[in-house]
Amino acid sequence: MKKMLMATTAAALVATGAMADGHAKEVKLGVIFGFTGPIESLTGPMSAGAEMAMKEVTDSGMFLDGTKVTSVRADSGCIDNGMAVASAERLIAEGVSGLVGADCSGVTGAVLQNVAIPNGMVMISPSATSPGLTTMEDNGLFFRTSPSDAREGEVMAEILQERGVKSIALTYTNNDYGKGLADAIESSFKAVGGEVTIVAAHEDGKADYSAEVGALASAGGDLLVVAGYLDQGGAGIIKSALDAGAWEQFGLPGGMIGENLPKTIGPDLNGSYGQIAGSQGDGIDNLVKMVDGAFDATSPYTPESYDAAALFLLAMQAANSTDPAAYKDEILNVANAPGEKIYPGDLGKALELIKAGKDVDYVGASAVELIGPGESAGTYRMIEVKDGKNETIGMK
Amino acid sequence: MDFLNAIIALANYVLIPGIAYGSQLALGALGVTLVYSILRFSNFAHGDTMAMGAMATVLMTWLFQSWGISLGPLPTALLALPFGILFAVGLVLFTDRTVYRFYRVKKAQPVILVIVSLGVTFIYNGVTRFIIGADDQSFFDGERFIISAREFKKATGLAEGLSFKTTQGITIVTAIVVVALLFWFLNKTRAGKSMRAYSDNEDLALLSGINPERVVMITWMIVATLATIAGVLYGLDKSFKPFTYFQLLLPIFASAIVGGLGNPLGAIAGGFVIAFSEVTITYAWKKVLVYLMPESLEPSGLVQLLSTDYKFAVSFVILLIVLLFKPTGLFKGQAV
Repeated sequence: MKKMLMATTAAALVATGAMADGHAKEVKLGVIFGFTGPIESLTGPMSAGAEMAMKEVTDSGMFLDGTKVTSVRADSGCIDNGMAVASAERLIAEGVSGLVGADCSGVTGAVLQNVAIPNGMVMISPSATSPGLTTMEDNGLFFRTSPSDAREGEVMAEILQERGVKSIALTYTNNDYGKGLADAIESSFKAVGGEVTIVAAHEDGKADYSAEVGALASAGGDLLVVAGYLDQGGAGIIKSALDAGAWEQFGLPGGMIGENLPKTIGPDLNGSYGQIAGSQGDGIDNLVKMVDGAFDATSPYTPESYDAAALFLLAMQAANSTDPAAYKDEILNVANAPGEKIYPGDLGKALELIKAGKDVDYVGASAVELIGPGESAGTYRMIEVKDGKNETIGMK
Repeated sequence: MDFLNAIIALANYVLIPGIAYGSQLALGALGVTLVYSILRFSNFAHGDTMAMGAMATVLMTWLFQSWGISLGPLPTALLALPFGILFAVGLVLFTDRTVYRFYRVKKAQPVILVIVSLGVTFIYNGVTRFIIGADDQSFFDGERFIISAREFKKATGLAEGLSFKTTQGITIVTAIVVVALLFWFLNKTRAGKSMRAYSDNEDLALLSGINPERVVMITWMIVATLATIAGVLYGLDKSFKPFTYFQLLLPIFASAIVGGLGNPLGAIAGGFVIAFSEVTITYAWKKVLVYLMPESLEPSGLVQLLSTDYKFAVSFVILLIVLLFKPTGLFKGQAV
C-alpha cells in the first residue's frame, strides 16, 4: 500500500512537471486595440499585422526553444478609459507576457497608469502618438513604434509652408490625442511664420457640426486642419464645411488618414492633403509581399503593429525570459544599432542570431529607431487624396 | 457688395440652418404639447418615438433602394415615410393599450405617467439599438443641394457662398404643410374639435358624449405621425443615430415649454426661438461684422458669445428664464 502511494505521488509529480513544461511552451501576447469606437476601421489590419509577427515567430520554431506565441485580443474602445482598463485587467488575468497596445493616446495612458505599472507589464503601442506620453512616468515599461505628435506638428508645418499656406483654422477632437496634436501643429506652424486664426475643439459623435463650422468659417484661413478621427467627428466637420462651402481643401493629420474618409466624403475631398506616420523601402515592401493580400498591410499603423509584436518577441529571446522585468531592458537593444538589420520576414533569422549571442538592429516594416524614452524617431508619409484614394506623394 | 456678402454669410450660417433646425424642433414640440394638453403628462418617450419611426423609415428606404425604386432628385426616404408613420402609429397605440391605459383607468397622477414614459423611453431606446445598431446610418440619396455654395459663388461672383441643401428645403416645406394640416384638423373637423373640447375640460367633454378612448387614440396617431416626420427630417438633414434623438428631448421640451405647454402655436414659436438662440449665441459674428463695419472698427476677436460646446446649455438657460418669469410660456399655455 505504501509503495503504491509512493508510486502514485511520483507519477503525479512527473505529470505536473510535464504539464508545467507544456505551459511554458506557450507565450501569450495581449492585443488591446479599439475594435469598436472612432478608429474601428483601422484596428482590423492592425491586429492582423501584430498577429502575423507572432505567427512568423511561432512557425520559425526558434523562439525560446520552440515556444508557441498566441494572441489574446481585447477591446480598448479607443476613447473609453473604463473599458480599456477593464480589458487590460482581463488580459493580465489571462496571463499575457506583454501588451501590444493600446491604440489611442487617452486609453493608452489610462492602461499604463492603472494596469501596466501596478502589474509591472510592458506595453508597446503602435499608434498612441500624444506628446504627453513622452514625459509620463512609466518605470521603463512603455514603448511606442510610432512617433510623438510633437514631431507630426513640425512635419505638418513644413508641408503647409512648402504649399504656400499662410493661415490655417484648426479644429481638434476633444481628447488627449486631439489636444496634443493641435498644440503641436499650432506652435510649429507659428514658429515657421504661419498664422493660426482659431483653435477650436469638436466633440465626437454629434449629428450636426454646422455650428462648429460656422465659428471656424468666421475665423477664416487658407485651409482647415482637422485633427480628429476619420470615422467620427472629423468626417462630420469636413462634410459640414463642404456643405456650407466654407472650405474646399483640408489638412489631414494622422487620425484622418484612412480609406474610409474618401469613401464617406466622396470626390469633394480630392486635393486635400496631410501626413501619417509611415515608412517606405524594403521593410514595408517585404510586409506587403508576406501578407499577400490577406489584409491591407499599408493601412495606417499596421506596419507599426507588426513591429510592436516583433520587438516583444525579439526582446524576450534576448533576455531568454518572458518575464517583463527581465526583457524590458532588451527592447532598446534589439530595436537600435549596432547589429544586423532585420526586416519583416527575417524574424526567424533574428531569433537565431540572438540565440548565438549576436546583436540585431530591428528595422522592421516602419523603420523602427527608438529614441528618448522609447518612442519612434518617426518618418511620415505625405498623403494627398487623388481620385478618391489616399496617395503617398513623398516622405518626410 | 460687402453688404450683400454679409447678408449671404448670415443666411448661409445662421438663417437657413436655424430655420431648418427650428422646423424640426417645432414638429417635435407639437407632439409633446399635444400629449400634454390631451393626455395630461409630459411624454419623455417622444424623442425615442422619433427614433423608432425614423428607424422604420430607414429600413423601408433601404428596401426600396435595393429594389431600385427612387424618387429621382428627392430622397427615397419620402416614399418610405408613410410606412414609417404606420409603424410608429402601431407602436404607440400598442404602448398605450399595454402601458398607459392601465394608469389612465386608475386616474394616476401625471407625475407617475411621466416616470412611466421614462420607462417606455428606455425600452424604445433598447429596441432601436437592438434592431438597427447604435451607429450612424446613412439613408440619404438623390440630389444633395438645391443651391450649392460653389455654384452660387460662380454664378454671382460674390466672395461668400450660399448653400441650400435639398434636405433643408424639404424640411421647411414639409413643416409648413404638416402644421397647416394639423391646424385645419384641430379647428375644422369634428374629431379635432372633440380633441380640443377634451383638452379644455375633460368632464364637460364626457358629459356631451365625446368618447374619451377615441380622442386618446386619435391623439396618439397624430403624435406618432408628427414624431416620425420630425425624426426622419432630422435624420435626413443631419444623420440618423439613435442617441441623438434622446439628446433632442431637451431642446424639444424647452421649445414646448417656452412657447407654452399645451398650446400648438406656442410649440412652433418655441421651436424657432430655441433654434435661433442656439445658433446665434454660439455663432462667431466676426465674418458678418467684418463685411459691415468700416475697417477701423473691424473686430479682431471672433465675437462669439459662447463656444459651440455649450449649445445645449443655451436651451437650459432659456428654459430656466421662462420658468422663472413666465411659467405659462410666451403663448399662455398651462403652467408646468
